[in-house]
Amino acid sequence: MESPTRLWIAAVLVAALFAFVYLEAARAEYGDVVINEFSDEAGMRPVVFPHWFHRIRFRCKVCHGDLGFKFEAGGNGINMLKIIDGEYCGACHNGDVAWSIENCDLCHSGIPETPTQVHHSTVQKLVAPPQADASDPSEGQQ
Amino acid sequence: MTVINMRSLAVLMIAGGLALLAMLLLASLAEAQSDPNRFNRLMKPAAERNAPPPEDGIHDPDSPGTHLLQTPREAFAALPDSISGNYVQWNEAMDKGVIEPRNSLTPVSTPPIVLDLNIVREVKGSMPDVVYPHKQHTQWLDCSNCHPAIFIPQKGANQISMASILMGEKCGVCHGKVAFPVSECRRCHSRPKQQAAAN
Repeated sequence: MESPTRLWIAAVLVAALFAFVYLEAARAEYGDVVINEFSDEAGMRPVVFPHWFHRIRFRCKVCHGDLGFKFEAGGNGINMLKIIDGEYCGACHNGDVAWSIENCDLCHSGIPETPTQVHHSTVQKLVAPPQADASDPSEGQQ
Repeated sequence: MTVINMRSLAVLMIAGGLALLAMLLLASLAEAQSDPNRFNRLMKPAAERNAPPPEDGIHDPDSPGTHLLQTPREAFAALPDSISGNYVQWNEAMDKGVIEPRNSLTPVSTPPIVLDLNIVREVKGSMPDVVYPHKQHTQWLDCSNCHPAIFIPQKGANQISMASILMGEKCGVCHGKVAFPVSECRRCHSRPKQQAAAN
């Protein structure tokens, strides 16, 4: 009788701990960009782009000048076709400069239905978030 | 009989250990959160900064890829500290050679064309005037990243307000998103007003 009771206590406590962790506000890295223009529709997790990882390796102008990335989350209309053609992310993520596109999960690693955003940006803090709740899915799009 | 006893004992010990661990964690978390008069009540505790991807709130911990990603803490360990944003002094890191970001896709990079020119903007309010250093910006960016789309390269031609910056325009295209956040007022508003200095 003892062990099932303890197991239950342990299970409840662990569950409570996980719930606590999940309830906390998102605390992703400053400058992380969630890109969810087409991912949800395609049944993929949204993309999380870590600015910090890339700026350790490249100056801003390489992507935002040479590769033509606009300074706007979700403003580039990036899809897998363009990436396979060597545009945008595909300029590096081709198995040559960086790992190739078959590692889907490394980019498509966001929590499903997270709207496109620059995480922790001033705009995100000031402007009412486009809560992409089920009642109005179109709001988070444009 | 003995086998069952051993198994139940093992289950008991594992469950007990788990429960203890969970209780300890919960207790420490509760203690950290509960003191109503703690310092920096609304600020992100230092222990939560640069969280690993599975715990950061936007990466899906259920995705196998999430657990392969590098944690920022590991990458930032050797970089100079800052008090906001990524908690990294990016310019200092580059100046000291701790990081050597490429200037092109290929490893053989031509050095960036750095322009050492400060622009002083006298501001209307009571804040110190803004000193804009081209140097630090051109270390990362090309002229064409900002001119002429964001800033007309002509003195007096650009109306800039904090409101527009906060809404992600002008300086706010980068500052408050990726470059150091707008909470660091004095990094831009750094030159005391002439009048104020005279009085």
